[in-house]
Amino acid sequence: MQVVHIVFYIFAAMAVVSALVVISVRNPVRSVLALVVTFFSMAGVWMILSAEFLSLILLLVYVGAVMTLFLFVVMMLNANSTGSREGFTRYLPFGILLVLLLVALMIISFGSSFTQLPAPVPPGADYSNVTQLGAVLYTEYAYPFEIAGVLLLAAIVAAISLAHRTPKQRKSQNINEQLRVRREDRVRLVKMPPEKKNDLS
Amino acid sequence: MPIFSLASPELALLILSGLILLIDVFTPQRLRFLTYLLVQATLVVAFLLAIAQYRHHAELLVTFNGHYVVDKLAILLKLFIYVMSFASFAYAREYIEERKIASSEYYILGLFCVMGMSVMASAYSLLTIYLGLELLSLPLYALVASHKDSQQATEAAMKYFVMGALASGMLLYGISILYGLTGSIQIPEIARLIHAAPTATVSLALIFILAALLFKFGAVPFHMWVPDVYQGAPTSVTLFIASAPKIAAFGITMRILVQALPELHVAWEQILTVIAFLSMFFGNLLAIVQTNIKRMLAYSSIAHIGYSLLGIIAGPSSHDGYSAALFYITTYVLVAAGAFGIVALLSRTGIEADQLEDYRGLNARNPWLAFMLLLLMFSMAGVPPTVGFFAKLGLLVSLVEAHRVWLAVAALVFALIGAYYYLRVVMLMYFEEPTEANASKPVTLSWDMQLAVTVNGVAVLALGVLPSALIDLCRIVI
Repeated sequence: MQVVHIVFYIFAAMAVVSALVVISVRNPVRSVLALVVTFFSMAGVWMILSAEFLSLILLLVYVGAVMTLFLFVVMMLNANSTGSREGFTRYLPFGILLVLLLVALMIISFGSSFTQLPAPVPPGADYSNVTQLGAVLYTEYAYPFEIAGVLLLAAIVAAISLAHRTPKQRKSQNINEQLRVRREDRVRLVKMPPEKKNDLS
Repeated sequence: MPIFSLASPELALLILSGLILLIDVFTPQRLRFLTYLLVQATLVVAFLLAIAQYRHHAELLVTFNGHYVVDKLAILLKLFIYVMSFASFAYAREYIEERKIASSEYYILGLFCVMGMSVMASAYSLLTIYLGLELLSLPLYALVASHKDSQQATEAAMKYFVMGALASGMLLYGISILYGLTGSIQIPEIARLIHAAPTATVSLALIFILAALLFKFGAVPFHMWVPDVYQGAPTSVTLFIASAPKIAAFGITMRILVQALPELHVAWEQILTVIAFLSMFFGNLLAIVQTNIKRMLAYSSIAHIGYSLLGIIAGPSSHDGYSAALFYITTYVLVAAGAFGIVALLSRTGIEADQLEDYRGLNARNPWLAFMLLLLMFSMAGVPPTVGFFAKLGLLVSLVEAHRVWLAVAALVFALIGAYYYLRVVMLMYFEEPTEANASKPVTLSWDMQLAVTVNGVAVLALGVLPSALIDLCRIVI
């Protein structure tokens, strides 16, 4: 076993454990922090695969920006351990069954053939992940790349259309209207016939 | 250098939808009707471009470094997708106006969905298939939630989103295994290299990919989202989900199963046989007990997906199983669009006509609409002379040809069970008196909605009387 293997197992174990923590802790802030650890360990695994660029992007974009934003949102919303665990025990047997089935399926399919698969060729010393990506991203993969761009546009439109409320539904002050108000709009003078006191005399 | 002209429908869709986004921002509120017209015009433009391609490109052409394909199948699927999307936007107009759903966002998100389906139809690599699927699903989740005042719609969107994300994950996992085995994501490359890979591992990839595809179709046992989403979503969105995306899902199923993994046809035939049987069984049986017509049609769609899978099962060992499946799914989509369209048209502000009770005595309130719904229900049940009969007939013939007589018999039995709940709607419409609350209200439609329903209903009848043109078209492309 080489050093690389040991490093891989450390990162993999970290990823699995922290992913379990994400779904099992009650406090959402801790959950988000555990997700940060998951991303971090996955970045480590990618580094071993010599995908340095992607690994750093994962750290910068996901851990640095997205997860921090997420943390802010969770803290601002003050969503405090509201998740109930009612269904947990009820769905647990079904979940375990599903996981066991999947694991058995994987063992059957990978178990025998795992050794038959050729090992990937290790990249040479002058291999550069960035150059490789740059060479194919805008040439060979231009079409999928563009679709991914359209996907982001669609996501923006979808997010705005879901979050946006028309002013009518929102409670907001209209200063102009408030200043322009006249006495006639607010006070109504009603003419009424004078009423007699209903005395007994 | 890629040949851009081959992707002209997608390019036109993209450019025009970008333009519409900009135009919409600068249009005053009272002229927002313009957005609807522009979106429909975009679909017409894309349709015309695709027709021009159909005339010129007889053979298979691949471009964008093998990510994009133009063949008869892709073009025909696109034509169907544009027509059905056009119809679903037309049906949606009044419905969403009454419910104050933000209309410009609705149509533009719908246009993004159409773009995603278009990408799916001519995807020739697993990466493009996945991206097209996401481009279809993401705006759909937002569309389901677009009726913000409705608690049900929000819940349906949440369910749809979570289940859809799970399915996408499974698809990606299957794709990653296939890529690991063959070192390629191009469909023809995978078909060429797959026989060298160990069978057990390939089956694992197949299972994951099939699960994701069947989820998108909504077949048993991946059907749990279908009734809830169909019922909870605004009817116009239900109509959209039930129509064009099924055609696109058929397209990618053909690409993955038939073009990329023909080596494994024994394996996927077995899996699909079980799934088609279960879908027909549960779909038809559970539809009987529904009192909500949207939910009933949802279960019926599960059953119909089961039927169209029969064609794919019969495909490898029969003459025209695939074309029968394409014919079936196209005609079903046409019929489903009409049925949900009528549900949407009967609904008025604040009232959803989604209970079966609302259809009691419809004949007395609007005879023409009742007649159209009768045609659609007959077609779903497979009664001649509507198109549904020929669709079912084609499937049964190819099943018998593929020596799967028992499956054909089972399909026939389930069709008989299914006929009960379709004919129950017809009986409610014609032989019952309207409920007291509804009796005094005649149903009036604006002229364009009247036209849309009429075209839809007459198409079902006309294709039933003269089905050969469409059948031939389906036969040519595959």
